[in-house]
Amino acid sequence: MPAVQETVDRVRAIDVDQYKYGFETTIEMEKSERGISEDVIRFISAKKDEPAWMLEWRLDAYRRWQTMKEPNWARVSYDRIDYDQLYYYAAPKRNAAASLDEIDPEILKTYEKLGIPLREVELLEGIAPQNRVAVDAVFDSVSVATTFKAELAKAGVIFMPISEALREHPELVRKYLGSVVPVTDNFFATLNSAVFSDGSFVYIPPGVRCPMELSTYFRINERDTGQFERTLIIADKGSYVSYLEGCTAPKRDDNQLHAAVVELVALDDAEIKYSTVQNWYPGDNEGRGGIYNFVTKRGDCRGANSKISWTQVETGSAITWKYPSCILRGDNSRGEFYSIAVSNGMQQVDSGTKMIHLGKNTTSRIISKGISAGRSQNTYRGLVSAHKKAKGARNFTNCDSLLIGDQCGAHTVPYIESKNASAVFEHEATTSKISEDQMFYCQSRGLTEEEATALIVNGFVRDVLQQLPMEFAVEAQKLISISLEGSVG
Amino acid sequence: MLEINNLVVQIEDKRILNGLSLTVNDGEVAAIMGPNGSGKSTLSYVIAGKEDYEVLDGEIRLDGENILEMEPDARAAAGIFLAFQYPLEIPGVGTMTFLKAALNAQRKSRGEDELTTPDFIRRVNAAADTLEINKDMLKRALNVGFSGGEKKRMEILQMALLQPRFCVLDETDSGLDIDALRIVSEGVNALRAKNRSFLVITHYQRLLNHIVPDTVHVMAQGRVVKSGGKELALELEASGYAEYRTNEAA
Repeated sequence: MPAVQETVDRVRAIDVDQYKYGFETTIEMEKSERGISEDVIRFISAKKDEPAWMLEWRLDAYRRWQTMKEPNWARVSYDRIDYDQLYYYAAPKRNAAASLDEIDPEILKTYEKLGIPLREVELLEGIAPQNRVAVDAVFDSVSVATTFKAELAKAGVIFMPISEALREHPELVRKYLGSVVPVTDNFFATLNSAVFSDGSFVYIPPGVRCPMELSTYFRINERDTGQFERTLIIADKGSYVSYLEGCTAPKRDDNQLHAAVVELVALDDAEIKYSTVQNWYPGDNEGRGGIYNFVTKRGDCRGANSKISWTQVETGSAITWKYPSCILRGDNSRGEFYSIAVSNGMQQVDSGTKMIHLGKNTTSRIISKGISAGRSQNTYRGLVSAHKKAKGARNFTNCDSLLIGDQCGAHTVPYIESKNASAVFEHEATTSKISEDQMFYCQSRGLTEEEATALIVNGFVRDVLQQLPMEFAVEAQKLISISLEGSVG
Repeated sequence: MLEINNLVVQIEDKRILNGLSLTVNDGEVAAIMGPNGSGKSTLSYVIAGKEDYEVLDGEIRLDGENILEMEPDARAAAGIFLAFQYPLEIPGVGTMTFLKAALNAQRKSRGEDELTTPDFIRRVNAAADTLEINKDMLKRALNVGFSGGEKKRMEILQMALLQPRFCVLDETDSGLDIDALRIVSEGVNALRAKNRSFLVITHYQRLLNHIVPDTVHVMAQGRVVKSGGKELALELEASGYAEYRTNEAA
């Protein structure tokens, strides 16, 4: 109840400008030359002082990428992206090295403005240890700060920018990088493999329960720059980690590309919980500007009894093309996907999940809530498949769509493939609309139009919000209200 | 006191109310009866402020203030309450959540403090007991999967909680069995007070045996065509609406 009231209050307090993270930071940047070439890739690799095998890996990806075609099966439309006009690397000149004191104060200010303090002193104030969150802050192409590294190291947890991990733990990175999302997986993943700049690396040793939430905060700042982050999380046998990801970008009239790859590996009895609150700039009401969010996220339940759970709240981006998936390889492994995708204005969302059942008695659960408003299009696209050996595989899927207004669209495209007769797959789907009668009913009880919408939408997304860590749930609820502001009436 | 003067209303170019005038004094229970299509439900919606209706002329005053320019939520805060003939379902929104949000929204707009949770729960429980509402029902999404009778009782529970000045009951008796009719009527009677008035819309005299009105008005062709005391309802029960239908045809 208080959460609903809070949403209502927040909605009321919002100023006219809905996207409040749209500011730009003026800062001296070092960039690669425009466009993509082997030289640019060599430049990126050299900047990061990478081992030779990594450069070869990138070049190999680049050569393959040149033979590939951009996919066009998603229900989204956009002008052709000119890959030769993008910058593939942009980093603040004064980069974080040894300590926070060396970071450009403008960057610290940027993160403060975003509500993400990077100084541990500030982070620690009044927060009980179990509620602490370690943050890796990625600014355009590089990680500028990672907090609580030392404390995590005590528990044996490795949490650092992937570029640093390539230098300090090359054997671990080499073993797992590309093992879930192969270099050749798809056009955008291959591009990412060639030019990825930074992202987080996490390794949880056997039997360790990560002592705090880990998070990465992605910020795109520089104009005409693509962000290609790469995240790799490995949960060794019997370990547990909860990881959160947040994203924002400045308001601009042109589109920017974000093509990330996230790979998760869960070994025997391990569990990874991955939550995203995606709030990239969505463009204006006429569809000008905004981020193209073309992301490949996949988790591999490699060990027996392992579990991977994706929770996402997607409110931003002009276009979202994203299918966080689980490969259920280990026997008795479990995959979960909880999603709230909100689209307003001219946003286009094509998102969903794949649950690939390979092992015996594997289970998966998909709960997807799509909310479309304005003139947006919102598609759920999902695949549930059981291979021959996936005896006793079970899936439950529930896809609900809520329409606000009469100019938006909701689409559900579920694919189901079963090669094993013992597999049991259930699929439920509903589409509803906030009716004028419902609005009138709520208003006649004293709720304003905004309060009534917030109440109905919160009711609609409740079962997914419950999956998010507490602080994130509040944040997400706020975000949903903001995204839908002005969608009624 | 609610005063309606010369109200003319149309929907999609169809005239529904034709210069309707009616006054309901503080503490008064007024019943409105009339044949199908006489404009009874339209009147209830126009009082509550539903958008689809176009008011061409006339005024509705609550304690002297014209409410026609007010949004439905502002009217609710001013003390208007409509018990719906067909209450709406709000999936995913818990009944308690809804009740608290509504109550606090009204209090806020009147500049009053929000109710504390214990105080709120006490009030809901008291109202639920009077209306013989199962506490499990309060845990479910509002009106979702409720029977017709449960929905009507929930309307009266909301009325009891929101403590309005002027209550409109739109065919609250439709779809109720005898026991539910008695419970709902007792709930309404318990709310009768000097500073609260009621407009009870019904087709049938039987509701008025339970909620005994002070005045009875007959509506036909979008106007009040006859007014009297409670005995008028009995006359109608005996003679039917034939007389008024003739008027309609003419």
